Amino acid sequence: MTPVSFEYGLALAAILFVLGLVGILVRRNLVFMLLCTEIMLNAAGFAFIVAGARWAQSDGQVMFIFLLAMAGAEVAVGLALILLLFSRGRPLDVDSLSSGEDR
Amino acid sequence: MNTPFVVAGVIAIAATLMVIMQRNAVHALLYLIVSLFALAVTMLFLGAAFVAALEIIVYAGAIMVLFIFVVMMIGADSPALRLRSWILPSLLGAVLLGEVVYVLLQRPGGLSFSKIIAIQPKEVGMALLGPYVLGTEIAAFLLLAGLVGAYHLARRRADDNTNVIEEGRR
Repeated sequence: MTPVSFEYGLALAAILFVLGLVGILVRRNLVFMLLCTEIMLNAAGFAFIVAGARWAQSDGQVMFIFLLAMAGAEVAVGLALILLLFSRGRPLDVDSLSSGEDR
Repeated sequence: MNTPFVVAGVIAIAATLMVIMQRNAVHALLYLIVSLFALAVTMLFLGAAFVAALEIIVYAGAIMVLFIFVVMMIGADSPALRLRSWILPSLLGAVLLGEVVYVLLQRPGGLSFSKIIAIQPKEVGMALLGPYVLGTEIAAFLLLAGLVGAYHLARRRADDNTNVIEEGRR
């Protein structure tokens, strides 16, 4: 009965990853896009955890800790970029940012 | 005995769905925290207690607080949080809490399922500083680079201020 939960876990990771991907494609706000990147990273880390539990190895958790550090660095730089854009009075909407119509 | 796992997973999916459908950034953050809690509970059931704690402390504790700071600074057209917007996230959180308590009562020995071998934090730490020590040092470099980069980007430059003043004069 327990082996099923590994497939459930992988399915959960895949669903969460796709939700994050859909979010990053649909939302046009930079803050939401960064949030969706976090969701996708988290889903990938969860897949590592599931695989680590499947083979009873600690490597999956080690990879998750690396992912955690990477997510922290990425969020710090991304949020600093958002604050920079905001302080320069630019909109946080990627469409108007990429077309450059505001400046 | 898969039911608690599935319930936590469904809560994670539902909360993540609410994240990408919210208009208000603060509400989305609230739902994302619930989703992270749900994932932490599933990790607990998978026998990865150390990483579940890290998920709550680092993700829900530190990274989400960073997001909340920035959303508050930007002031993303958010009306004050009403009680109504707290109901669904707290309901989902209460279900998660009840689940953990239920599984704890069912199995006094631990939270993980019977056939899953719980991986102890000691083992993870040994691996992190043993075969993976190079990766740990690279992660440290990455964090340092992130720190320096965030400082460099968020710093107020003197020429920026003069630009703003000049634009104001025009």
